[in-house]
Amino acid sequence: MVKINGEKLDFAGKTIEEYLRTSQYDPRRIAVERNGEIIPKAQYSETTLEEGDCVEVVSFVGGG
Amino acid sequence: MLSEVEMRVALEERHGRRLQEAFSQAVVAVCGLGGLGSNIAICLARAGIGKLILIDFDQVDISNLNRQQYKVSQVGKYKTEALSENLREIAPYVKLEAHTVRITEKNAAGLLASASIVCEAFDDAQCKSMLASVVLETMPEKYLVVASGMAGLDSANSIKTRKVMERFYLCGDEVSDVGDGLGLFSSRVMLCAAHQAHVVLRILANK
Repeated sequence: MVKINGEKLDFAGKTIEEYLRTSQYDPRRIAVERNGEIIPKAQYSETTLEEGDCVEVVSFVGGG
Repeated sequence: MLSEVEMRVALEERHGRRLQEAFSQAVVAVCGLGGLGSNIAICLARAGIGKLILIDFDQVDISNLNRQQYKVSQVGKYKTEALSENLREIAPYVKLEAHTVRITEKNAAGLLASASIVCEAFDDAQCKSMLASVVLETMPEKYLVVASGMAGLDSANSIKTRKVMERFYLCGDEVSDVGDGLGLFSSRVMLCAAHQAHVVLRILANK
């Protein structure tokens, strides 16, 4: 299991990109952090989630 | 006009000498000089931050006057120039480095080189994401303070500061999107800007 934004999900072995495709997130408006480290945007497709990972997807909205 | 020494002493009396020393040695970048950035810069200049790097490509427009810290007489001026004028009246000895350019992945490293703390203050969500990514991915020594979610007339109390990870803070309610047709109101935008400026001071105070 992988914890993503506080929710335990069955995404161990899948890539960040594979997870994002199943979600509502717009990859152009987010930052992804795993176990306290930022995942570079260019590496979403090659970063595989591991059992016990703790991931947070921060989604930005407009206005300023 | 007050002398630099008079103004420094007044700040030391308010903040304490040790804290004021930390503020006066700090270099903070403000990326985007709209409702967030213009307010952040004013808060930081008043606090006696040593140097501000001000970055925006745009000019003051009539539509900005509902929430941004510009005057009717400044419509048409570059925001870098107009905000520098206003800051000089408030804090004449703050060092200002203004760049009238659009920040990109390519020029960010050069523009932000001397800053230890970067405030993201754009209005566009994709630009926020771009700056967050470039700072977090390539500038691990810097602190980053991002704003997300301050549109509309939802409660003032839902604007928060959250530490996402080491050196990365997020201010706002994280959901109120200007793209959903919510307007931007000076009070709520200022709240979010104040959260950002306040995190900067807390970082410098080691809180």
